[in-house]
Amino acid sequence: MARPLDAEALPAQAPATVATPGTSTARRWWRRFARNRGAVFGLAVFLAVVVMALCADLLAPYDPLIQGVGPANQPPTWAHWAGTDSFGRDMLSRIIYGARIALVVGIVAVLLAMLAGVSLGLVAGYYGGKVDALIMRVMDGLFAFPIIILAIAMMAVMGFGVKNVIIAVAVGFVAPFARVTRADVLAVKEEPYIEAARLAGVSGPAIIARHVLPNVLAPIIVQAALRVSGAIITESGLSFLGLGPPPPTPVWGSMIAEGRNFIVMAPHVSTIPGIALMVTIVGLNLLGDGLRDTLDPRLRR
Amino acid sequence: MLRFFLSRIGQTLAVLFTVSVIIFVLMRLIPGDPVLMMLGDDFTQEAYQRLRAKLGFDRSVVTQYVIWLQAILRGDFGDSYLNHERVSRLVWDAFLPTLSLVVASMLVGTLVAVPSGIVAAMRKDSAWDWGSMGFAIFVYSMPSFWKGIVLIWIFSVHLRWFPAVGYVHPWENFWEGMWRLVLPAITLGTFFSGLVARIIRSSLLEVLDQDYIKAARARGVRRAALVYRHALANALIPVVTVIGLQFGTLLGGAVLTETVFGIPGMGRLTVAAILNRDYAIVQGAILVGVFAVVVVNLAVDLTYAFLNPRIRVA
Amino acid sequence: MMRMTDPVLAVRDLVVEFTTEDGPLRAVDNVSFAVGRGEIVGLVGESGAGKTLTAEAILGLIRRPPGRVSGEVRFRGQNLLALEEPALARIRGKDIAMIFQNPGASLNPVFRVGDQLVEAMALHLGEGRGALRRRAEEILTRVGIPSAATRARDYPHQFSGGMAQRVMIGMGVACTPGLLVADEPTTALDVTIQAQVLSLIRRLARELGMAVLLVSHDLGIVSQMCHRVIVMYAGRVVEEASIATVFRAPAHPYTKALIACLPGLDEGGRLGAIPGVMPGLAALPRGCRFHPRCSMAEPRCAVEEPALRPAGADQIAACHLIP
Repeated sequence: MARPLDAEALPAQAPATVATPGTSTARRWWRRFARNRGAVFGLAVFLAVVVMALCADLLAPYDPLIQGVGPANQPPTWAHWAGTDSFGRDMLSRIIYGARIALVVGIVAVLLAMLAGVSLGLVAGYYGGKVDALIMRVMDGLFAFPIIILAIAMMAVMGFGVKNVIIAVAVGFVAPFARVTRADVLAVKEEPYIEAARLAGVSGPAIIARHVLPNVLAPIIVQAALRVSGAIITESGLSFLGLGPPPPTPVWGSMIAEGRNFIVMAPHVSTIPGIALMVTIVGLNLLGDGLRDTLDPRLRR
Repeated sequence: MLRFFLSRIGQTLAVLFTVSVIIFVLMRLIPGDPVLMMLGDDFTQEAYQRLRAKLGFDRSVVTQYVIWLQAILRGDFGDSYLNHERVSRLVWDAFLPTLSLVVASMLVGTLVAVPSGIVAAMRKDSAWDWGSMGFAIFVYSMPSFWKGIVLIWIFSVHLRWFPAVGYVHPWENFWEGMWRLVLPAITLGTFFSGLVARIIRSSLLEVLDQDYIKAARARGVRRAALVYRHALANALIPVVTVIGLQFGTLLGGAVLTETVFGIPGMGRLTVAAILNRDYAIVQGAILVGVFAVVVVNLAVDLTYAFLNPRIRVA
Repeated sequence: MMRMTDPVLAVRDLVVEFTTEDGPLRAVDNVSFAVGRGEIVGLVGESGAGKTLTAEAILGLIRRPPGRVSGEVRFRGQNLLALEEPALARIRGKDIAMIFQNPGASLNPVFRVGDQLVEAMALHLGEGRGALRRRAEEILTRVGIPSAATRARDYPHQFSGGMAQRVMIGMGVACTPGLLVADEPTTALDVTIQAQVLSLIRRLARELGMAVLLVSHDLGIVSQMCHRVIVMYAGRVVEEASIATVFRAPAHPYTKALIACLPGLDEGGRLGAIPGVMPGLAALPRGCRFHPRCSMAEPRCAVEEPALRPAGADQIAACHLIP
């Protein structure tokens, strides 16, 4: 009666757990997502920031680096919609260009962290035993550091600047990704289709790649979306402290720091970049929440 | 319970060990000759060789680590590169203001978050619910340093209710100290409360859905007792854990808040040190900070085990 | 509904409706029945038939919104549906008690079992804490929990399913209610424990003169416990009769099919099953709700919904085939 199980005959993805990509599922997810108005707003904000970052050259009315295009510390006027800073640079242009660094740092740092963290989580969760213990001990150690403090420590080693900010933030986020991935892998590991694949002789790495990974992807994506806002906040914090890209690069965090000295007579220099930052973060948080509610209904309130 | 206690302590020690290794490795990776930096202006060839030998630089990395660890455990964090003061002294002096800021923030945050979360859960989907949760997201998303600046602008510059910068130990002068902590505590605390309010809400909603609440209601327990006794007793247990675990996040936030408000705490110390390349202080401050976080996490876990009968009693 | 003099519980035209995306759905559609003093009545049906909602509606446990309850539920003459929450709370646990399907989940995990028992009594009885504590231990012993004094200080997770259900029963009868509503009390328990719990309920009902409304999907259990049976299908009552009559001469095709599904010791072969599934509330068939699955359906059954009519001396059923 038995025909030897053929590894190729097994479904590439577990049947009922992962929706095969197709318009109907995607549309269903979109409808669920769209019901959450906050999430849609968040998506709009995110897209707006992306557009700002990509088309900065087209959108910015002035060159963000040129000083003296207007009188210094002037509040918003028709010529300068967001006013000017203490060096007479146009604030609006600087804010638009600032979106670039924010987005680049946020996305790249999270992608790097995801790459490293998910890989570690997959290995730790699937193989278990000593490998698991070792990896998770190191993750626990990393996790104990508040992100800013870890970033500062790493920048003591690496020096300041954008690239190092990205690396520092990425390292800080590896542990959360590893943990989340590992927890889900542990749950998925017990599923019958994994056992079936193993019995059929599929190798470890292949099982991980073809069977485990697709099923833990949803919560990872949610984590990623939620972490981007954290990455951007951390980056602005570091820039605010002076550890980020050096002046005169337009970065929201350092713009806020520069404006501190003029808080009495020209509050807009600090306030307006802060508003840009805050709207971005709120939007990203709402987007992350919306994604979480859409992809993982168990957690829905 | 005892087994849990022991295993958690064991885990904590493992984490502390890992943390110490991470810090040691990072410090060793800093470019430049640390011995040179430590000696600074007091450099002589002889002093250099002596210090090198003392710190074990002529021996293996592991030996260096052991020597370093022994010094740390003795409380000897070395001397500041710049002015040769004892780092342990500097860090201790800076630790207390940071601690009072974090504690004050947690208090403020909890006092705001708990009623807010409870009411939002009780009046689910009402204007109150959406409003307070929207406010929570708003407040949680605001970068703390910017929030501090805005608060200073409104309350110090315009209204002149609070001083903008400056710090006084609350135990030296209670009212003055507390007054000066108000704005910083609101800055850090509201971020914290945004997070906690949402968690209280969802925890309470989940508990209210449970069978034992329905069964209690079927026995005649009134609504007030149902929520404030039966439900909250269960809902708050995981919340306590979350609050405690936020200590680390708040410590990170304190770094920025201290800079904005001029509080002479560990955050400001660390930032100044790193800008001055005074890595001895950076190391000492980070060590103490992270150790504190780890110890607090352990305390949180043990508290949870105590509160949860399933763990406390077999 | 059959006539009865001075029932403990009289349900008339009970409707439980929910507003959903597909419009208002009636999970309980004009259900009427009565429970006499000291009587054990079974409420039987498949999952989704509306039995649990009926039971919960009696105690006013249905959240409204999203639910809407109408009709009459008279307990000792008083309409419970017209009462406000504070008045209902006085009746719950004292005059009417309810036990649920999952006993482990029905106890608050962070309070000691004894304390929960004491609270249940303190709500309705005026005695002091010390007296109530002694009472609690007596109750635990009475429901068959050994070492009551020590066990009272234990937490719910330290009790097995069967023990926990005994505790729930103890809490239910603590204030000597006139009616105990038991919603699938043994479904989550092992078969051997089931028998013990059921016999406990029966014994207490007899000793306290308490009426019992036993909700179950298991006709076998109902046959052992109940004096009378009410069969529900898709939100409606389809048959009501004494236990002997129902098994001797079931009137409704659904009841007949249910009885046929019961495994008997002398049978071999496959277990019977009723083809098809009970219709969802949003897709109820026209006419008799059971007709798509009924082996004796006539053309009339697809058009006109049958009303409850007498089918015997102590029996009513809703079927066109009854003369």
